[in-house]
Formats: sequence, C-alpha cells, structure tokens
Amino acid sequence: MNSLRWRGCVNAFWTVASGAGVLVALVPLASLLWLVVSRGAKGLSASFFVSLPTPVGEPGGGVGNAIVGTFFMVGLASLMALPVGVGAGVYLAEKGNGPGGRVVRFTAEVLAGVPSIVIGIVAYGLIVAQMKRFSALAGGVALALLMIPSLARSTEDFIRLVPPALREASLALGVPGWKTSLRVIIPTALGGIVTAVLLAVARAAGETAPLLFTALNNQYWNTDPSQPTASLTVQIYNYAISPYEDWHSKAWTAALVLLMLVGLLNLMARFLSRNRMAGAR
Amino acid sequence: MISSLETAIPMNSFEERPHESGRRPAAGPRAVQPKLTVRGLNAWYGKNRALHDVNLTVAPRSVMAAIGPSGCGKSTFLRCLNRMHELIPGARAEGTLLLDGKDLLGRDVDPVSLRRRVGMVFQRPNPFPTMSIRDNVAAGLKLNRVGGNHDEIVERTLRQSALWEEVKDRLGASALSLSGGQQQRLCIARALAVEPEVLLMDEPASALDPIATAKIEDLIHELKERYTIVIVTHNMQQAGRVSDHTAFFYMGDLVEVGPTEKIFTNPSEKRTEDYVTGKFG
Repeated sequence: MNSLRWRGCVNAFWTVASGAGVLVALVPLASLLWLVVSRGAKGLSASFFVSLPTPVGEPGGGVGNAIVGTFFMVGLASLMALPVGVGAGVYLAEKGNGPGGRVVRFTAEVLAGVPSIVIGIVAYGLIVAQMKRFSALAGGVALALLMIPSLARSTEDFIRLVPPALREASLALGVPGWKTSLRVIIPTALGGIVTAVLLAVARAAGETAPLLFTALNNQYWNTDPSQPTASLTVQIYNYAISPYEDWHSKAWTAALVLLMLVGLLNLMARFLSRNRMAGAR
Repeated sequence: MISSLETAIPMNSFEERPHESGRRPAAGPRAVQPKLTVRGLNAWYGKNRALHDVNLTVAPRSVMAAIGPSGCGKSTFLRCLNRMHELIPGARAEGTLLLDGKDLLGRDVDPVSLRRRVGMVFQRPNPFPTMSIRDNVAAGLKLNRVGGNHDEIVERTLRQSALWEEVKDRLGASALSLSGGQQQRLCIARALAVEPEVLLMDEPASALDPIATAKIEDLIHELKERYTIVIVTHNMQQAGRVSDHTAFFYMGDLVEVGPTEKIFTNPSEKRTEDYVTGKFG
C-alpha cells in the first residue's frame, strides 16, 4: 500500500518534470516565431513579394527577385542533386552491405558533416574562380553538394522501410532483381522519397553561407545561370548587417517570408509521409 | 493417384537402415517420372548447415507436405526449390535438384526463369501495396512483359483461387482493402498467373483464421489437379488433410518421407512417431 502511494508520487513527479521539459524546449521556438512575426508582419504586403528592392529611404520595394532567385537556385541544385542523391540512396539500400556501399556511406557521412561555409568555398574554387564571375550556377552547385548526402541517407532509410516480403514476392514471380527495385520497391517507397526531397529542398532554401560568395546577390531580376543572383537568405543577411532602420525591418519581413516558405515545404513533407506510410503498412 | 504414391522414395543415404518403402519398386508400366527430384541436397547459412543430404522425389500433380518443428529446415528446403534460399547473404545450397529431370542448381541455370516455372506463396500475405487487385494478379505478367489477354488471365486465376466472386466488382481497388485471407488468395492467384508448373507454399495459412484456412485448404485440393504442390506447414492436421505425401524434417535431416497416411499412422521412424503423436515439437 505504502509502496503503491510512493510509486504514484514518483509517477506524478516525472509526469510534471517531463511536461516542464517540453515547455522549456518550446520556449525558443515560440519566441523565435513571435519575434519574426511581430517584427516582420507589418512590412508584409502583396507588393513585397513581387517588387525589386529599393534604395534606402525609398518607400515600398520588396524581395521579388530574391524569391525567384531562391527558387531558381534551389531548382538548379535539385536538378543536380536529385539523380545523384536518390540514386546513391537506392544503391545503399539495395547493395550497400558490401565494401562499395561502405565507401559510399562513409563519403556521404563526411560530406554531411562538412560546414556549409566550406562547401561555399569549394563551389567558389570550382566554379566562380574558373568563370571569374559570381553566378547562380555556382550557388546551385553549392546547394546541390549540401543536398546530396541528406537525400542519399533518407532515401536509403525509406527504401529499407519497404518490407522485404515484397521483394521476395516479386523475385518469386521470376522478375529480375533490377526490375523488382525499379517497379516494386521504389514505387512503394515513393511517398517517403518525395518527403526526403521536400525536406532537402527546404533545407537548401534556408542556407546562406554557401551562397554568400557563389551567387553573391543581385538587385535585379535574373534567371541567367551565369549571372550573380539574389536569394532570400543573402538578401536578409545584407539587410540585417546594414546600418539602416528601414532595411532592418525589411530583413524581418524577408525572414518571415522565408520562414513561411520553409514551413510550407515541411508541412507538405509531413503530410505526404503520413499518408504514404499509412498505406504501406 | 494411389499409384503415384510409390514415387515418393526416401533415399536417406546418411543412414543405412532397412526401410519399408525405402527401395525403389520395380518400375511398373504406370511409373511416372517425378516432377521434382532432390538428391544429396545440403544448404548452409554462413557456416551453419541447415540441411543434411536430403533425398526425395515429388510426383507430378500431387501435394507433398513438409512438416517438423521450428528450425528443422523445412522452409530452407522449400526455398532451395526455387533458389530463393541463395538470395540470403551468406546462404548457399549444394546437391542435385531436378525439375522434369533437368538440373536446377547448375551455374548455367538462370534462377529468374526457374522462378517462373516454380511459383511461391509466402507465410504472410504480401500483395504489392501500390497496385490494384487486378494489377497484383497480373504483376508477374506485366513486369516480365508477357503478352496475352491479361484480363482473361486475371479472371481465370482469381476463379482458380476462389476469390473472383468476392472481388469481381472492385478489381481496381487497392489490394490492401482486402482481408488477410483474401489477400493470401490474391497472392495465390498472382503466383498462378505466371503459369508455374510447381507451386511452393510456405505455411500459407499460418497467419489466417480457421475459415480462411479452410478455404486455402480446399483450394489446394483443386489446384493439385493442375499443379505440383509442395507445402510447408506447422499444422499436422493440415498436412494430413491436404497432402498425398509427407516429409518429416528434424534438425536439418529428412527423417522420413512417405504416403501421408503411413507417416501419420504407421511411421517407420521413432522420431517421426514421437513428433506426429505430439511427444515433442
């Protein structure tokens, strides 16, 4: 009886303690959201999404070119990273238990651990120094290098979630191994792979360091891969380090736009993975 | 049918012992060439030997049941017959395996085309979750690019597997909308659609309720008119109900094989008797 009451006390204590832990963990997230929304919301307007930046003191203006630039460079990066990253993930899941797989996995882990500023320098050395010009292409390559390892690992994870019984079922029908992967395993994991792609895109869209000295910035519209290109993150950086109050508030608004964009991608990824995984079980 | 019983000949060379049916009877005018001949079959998982020198034959259009306690090698034996065993990393099999007198384990035999002749149904229903009922049945045909009227084959095999009446109005629905027992009959239809000569069943009813089990057993009776069936089962009553011959495996040895009636009523081996009377296992 006594021990039962004691156990009840211990239970109550830890319930309260873990609840408090959750609250503490939520404080930074909530305060971050509050700060960005409260400072950024007042500058938000339709024209902010579609206008070019204006000089200091001139009212109006927006980050339209930076939004387009972010999409453009993330798109370029996805074109390069998707085949490599997803392909490596499929390879790791299917054949990754041999020495070849260990090499690929180790490489991906090392690449994932490289600080993004270093990746920016690499892209600078590979592309900018050769072309003697900052460009969207260099920005895209830097973002692609960042996306590949995470794509490879999460694609591998999602393919490994496919029950081995499905592979056996297909092989037992006399379907060759490669066709089993392509037509049975990958379609079953497709929801997860799309989720992984969306998360990688969201992460790339939020990166500043790799773009600082690859794509640089641009005050005008640009969709030419060989030209410097604006991005939301670098635009925020430039606004934030400027000495002008006007630009500071624009930095907050641009940060809010970026947060909404990344949040939307994450929500889509979450929604897709929940639907698909419910189907696969 | 009774005459074909004589073709199930135990040839356990690892133990020389007088055997009631252990010598090949003089080939009468009605002697049938065995569908499957297994001679000196050994199987390993890494260094672990799972099968010791198994010898038996399976007559065409008959049902052979493999029984024995867990880990006795009966599933390994089954998976050797369509060379699914060797797909497990480190697993290998040696010996002679003849299908219609032709070797199956040779290096020049393509396991992929072998599996089109020796179909398999697994312990747990494993329909392809991304495909409809119709596409599941036709999966082997589609993935192998076999021509012909797929709709006709789908209807015929679904009728053979006694599922047609239950699904004919919703062939486009997801295979996961079916119950477990229906899914297992769908998997049988899928295996039949590629028109195998031999059907391997690895405890096909162990994940099903008694009513679904009864349906599967009725189905086996009908299927043996056209196919040669080897079924692994934990359930001795089931082996008694569905099979013409029974092979008893214990610790990787084929202890005894013979007409089912004899194995269950008058086994030659003490170990067989102990197992079928429930003294162990």
